[in-house]
Amino acid sequence: MLLIYCPYCEEERSELEFRQAGDAHIARPTNMTEMTDEDFEAFFFLRDNVKGLTFERWRHLNGCGRFFNAARDTVSDKFLTTYKAGLPRPDLGTLRPATEATVETYEATESDAK
Amino acid sequence: MADLIGADLATRTLPLSGFHGGSGAASLSVAKPATRISLRAKPDAVSALSGALGLSLPVKAKTSASSNGRHALWLGPDEWLVIDENGADLMAAVASSNVLHSATDISHRNTALIVKGHGADVAINGGCPQDLSLAAFPVGACSRTVLAKAEIVLLRTAEDTFRVECWRSFSPYVSTLLAEAAEDAGN
Ligand SMILES: [Zn+2]
Repeated sequence: MLLIYCPYCEEERSELEFRQAGDAHIARPTNMTEMTDEDFEAFFFLRDNVKGLTFERWRHLNGCGRFFNAARDTVSDKFLTTYKAGLPRPDLGTLRPATEATVETYEATESDAK
Repeated sequence: MADLIGADLATRTLPLSGFHGGSGAASLSVAKPATRISLRAKPDAVSALSGALGLSLPVKAKTSASSNGRHALWLGPDEWLVIDENGADLMAAVASSNVLHSATDISHRNTALIVKGHGADVAINGGCPQDLSLAAFPVGACSRTVLAKAEIVLLRTAEDTFRVECWRSFSPYVSTLLAEAAEDAGN
């Protein structure tokens, strides 16, 4: 079972208490009525879906109920860190030690395409 | 009020009326009716609300405060579940604080089971993923969490006793699941 550190409860809890809530740090436009449809589409619908490090919103739904943000690797599913909502992106240099050469991947561990 | 004698007065129907079960390791019983509020407030209102309730609203995660059958459980940074086992009017109590807050009477939304015995933690862990060891979840610890597919609020009232609060519509599910898990806890 995946354990997720909640920055409000200040401890690791089971993934069963959490819900993912989309990408983090999506700035809501202040000029929504003046935007072009294309710009609105980009804000509202378009996401990068990166392979690797991504920043996400999570909610401790069946716990403290708070939204918070997480830096997570979409390949290994590992959480690098979690931090309270409203805080800026953490410094990635401090997140991932240089000694950690590669993350565990499905291709490397499970699939035939080794 | 003699004219009311024999009239069909409304009677309270408890969602788990008469339920009991469990095993030698973990017995299950229905908690007595209680009044409850869901309380939301900013930090600057905590001390006035604490004074109005007669206990210190806990501000640390997973902790509770209890006094004379009244319990305040930390659910989130600005959210508490307040339970009064003596049926006191909690809405009136917090209203007397005269500070900005939000309170909702949820006395009848929730019901509670008491799980007691040396296997009480094992029975709850039958559907709840939290670490219920005394080190991680000591007496007085509380948390909103899950019991399989139902949301519950746990309060450890003694080393071998937990109060399990759940929404009344989930109570048949919660009680049945706990009864099964209590059987397993005995093995
Ligand atoms: Zn939390």
